[in-house]
Amino acid sequence: MQQLTAKERMKIPRHPMVEQDPLERSRNFLEVNQGYDVQLAKEEALRCLQCPKPSCVEGCPVNIQIKDFITLIAEEDYIGAVHKIKEDNALPAICGRVCPQEQQCEAACIVGKRGEPVAIGYLERFVADYERESGNIELPKIAPDTGKKIAIVGSGPAGLSCANDLRQLGHDVTVFEALHQLGGVLVYGIPEFRLPKDIVATEIDGLRKMGVKFETDAIIGRITTIDELMQEEGFDAVFLGVGAGLPWFMGIPGENLVGVYSANEFLTRVNLMKAYNFPNEDTPILDCQDKNIAVFGGGNTAMDAVRTSKRLGAKHAYIIYRRSEAEMPARVEEVKHAKEEGVEFLLLTSPLEFIGDEEEWLCSVKVQKMELGEPDASGRRRPVPIEGSEYEIELDIAIVAIGNGSNPLIPQTTPDIEVSKRGTIVVDDETMKTSKKGVFAGGDIVTGGATVILAMGAGRKAAAAIHDYVTNGNW
Amino acid sequence: MYKIIEARFLGENIKKFEIEAPKIAKRRKAGQFVIIRLDEHGERIPLTIADSNPETGTITLIVQGVGKTTQQLNMMESGDEIMDVVGPLGVPSHIEKFGTTVSVGGGVGTAIAYPTAVAMKEAGNYVITINGARSKDLVLLEDEMKSISDEAYVTTDDGSYGFHGFVTQKLQELIDQGKQIDFVLAIGPIPMMRAIAEVTRPYNIKTMVSLNPIMVDGTGMCGGCRVVVDGVSKFACVDGPEFDAHKVDFKNLMDRNKMYAKKEHESLEHFHEECRLEKKIKEIKE
Repeated sequence: MQQLTAKERMKIPRHPMVEQDPLERSRNFLEVNQGYDVQLAKEEALRCLQCPKPSCVEGCPVNIQIKDFITLIAEEDYIGAVHKIKEDNALPAICGRVCPQEQQCEAACIVGKRGEPVAIGYLERFVADYERESGNIELPKIAPDTGKKIAIVGSGPAGLSCANDLRQLGHDVTVFEALHQLGGVLVYGIPEFRLPKDIVATEIDGLRKMGVKFETDAIIGRITTIDELMQEEGFDAVFLGVGAGLPWFMGIPGENLVGVYSANEFLTRVNLMKAYNFPNEDTPILDCQDKNIAVFGGGNTAMDAVRTSKRLGAKHAYIIYRRSEAEMPARVEEVKHAKEEGVEFLLLTSPLEFIGDEEEWLCSVKVQKMELGEPDASGRRRPVPIEGSEYEIELDIAIVAIGNGSNPLIPQTTPDIEVSKRGTIVVDDETMKTSKKGVFAGGDIVTGGATVILAMGAGRKAAAAIHDYVTNGNW
Repeated sequence: MYKIIEARFLGENIKKFEIEAPKIAKRRKAGQFVIIRLDEHGERIPLTIADSNPETGTITLIVQGVGKTTQQLNMMESGDEIMDVVGPLGVPSHIEKFGTTVSVGGGVGTAIAYPTAVAMKEAGNYVITINGARSKDLVLLEDEMKSISDEAYVTTDDGSYGFHGFVTQKLQELIDQGKQIDFVLAIGPIPMMRAIAEVTRPYNIKTMVSLNPIMVDGTGMCGGCRVVVDGVSKFACVDGPEFDAHKVDFKNLMDRNKMYAKKEHESLEHFHEECRLEKKIKEIKE
């Protein structure tokens, strides 16, 4: 490893991500970020100060040994680096792409206090891709069979990470998925241009090779209840990682007009059902070519939806958000990418009403300008309407991306699992135990809409507790 | 993959399928539906389960070939396989002893009205069924309906069989005769369900309808199936599919269901073109 002083390391500027040209990419679904090559990765790794007490590790929800894996990159041991990450995170190719690093590890990076932080996310992604492209992904060691059967409900990030850990511990793991395809939000929600589906498929394939079993088209609660899983099918424990459900709407007039979608539906039609290739694929979506499309919301899902509509040919693709850019929950990179691709941001603007024609097709939205007032419960400054600032924006399609409630299917069919007023499942923070013996839960069904990495962290926490429970019988 | 055990036409363009889906067959209750996807390019469409047999592990679907997917399905034969069948979905029909219940089925909706009529009978109700079709050769499940009904009526629009007129006229006639009706379940085309709601509204007869909005996942994730009931948005997949007919905004449902009319036409054209090509290739090979 090159011996550099801290000063010398600090002098190296952060290496930007290699990206597809904005104009070109706004017309295709290929991944925007092209990734570092070996050279860039090595040089970026040299920027790490090797802090004795690395705060980045604290900043990571699953405490990846960041300093150690970056050291391995600098030493050109890329496979060693990815193995180091995998000690704490089963899905680095995914997290390297979708984690909000600027709020987590990179926010805590000491280099970032004086300049730009080490590009930890880009490095994580690099080593994961390096391993995958080598075609030689080493499977983790699997402990001898324990004879314990675990059911994982949902194949999104929480379920996959939970399955990974439990299988490594030697348990017999079956993952049940409601949809026809595995991956949960990673396949129906996050678009190809941000997370290629091949990557998700490779990760799932790895789990399969480890001996994890998968069942699609299996809506637990409906086809088999949780009690049946445990009493009749012999599962010793169940993990519920069923994700968020029931998209929220804004409760304003006209929300059921033709042309008003939830972001979930819009993205599912495009990502999972491939409606962009209609009629070769059977699932349609309303024409976006040369249309005026607005997405309501400021999170990652909103950015995904608006950038998707741009790629489907929208003439105007708007983000309409009632606060200012500083309050947007989306990853900084997604906002930057959206702007570069020509998305128009109408900030401090709040919708009042959707207006349609006789046949209930959306024609326009009436909005109102806002200004920021005092901070609210979330700590963000509350948007306050400006009287008399109403105006109309012509619209063909509106996409509502203001978050999700929780899916009612499990609570409906398993009344002895305690749920909160919001419909989320109540768990013990440390063990992820629900109120029902043998049943654990984690991810969006517990937290409400959150991030991939938090869901994965919850899946891992639950895996440890499930292991303890099935091994020692402690509840 | 879900194997088709038996497939036969019941009438013009209407086909009955027995499909191997043992877990769904075991669990399913009257009023619930499945989502099917025929192949890897297929759309996910909801179809109400007409019947199920836990012993043989099969469910029954009765399908009218309207759009691309249903037409393609109706070309499938026993031995063929459907890629995905997911269910049972939706809240089962609310069954209790109301007294006298009327099950109204219009067209292929009869297939869906049938299982609930059976359950109503089993619950001890006096069951009246009104089975409507455009003409005689389109009347479905006549014998089945008769066998479980205390009174069974068939109506045809053209008068070619049974009562000459619409199901609404028959229902009105029964009300006018002074029959004490406690509950009505109507399943069929939206205009029919809407008209039934108007017949029973003045008499305050509790009336339910089974709605068929456009769906994608069927688990409450996408919100595409939202319908307005009593001024509030409901998700038909998890809150329904049955709702109080007197509170449903039928115009909105109708308008929303027409959303992809142009696309459906395009998809159908594309499918027919593919079928023609396939036929030609087959001819050349032979």
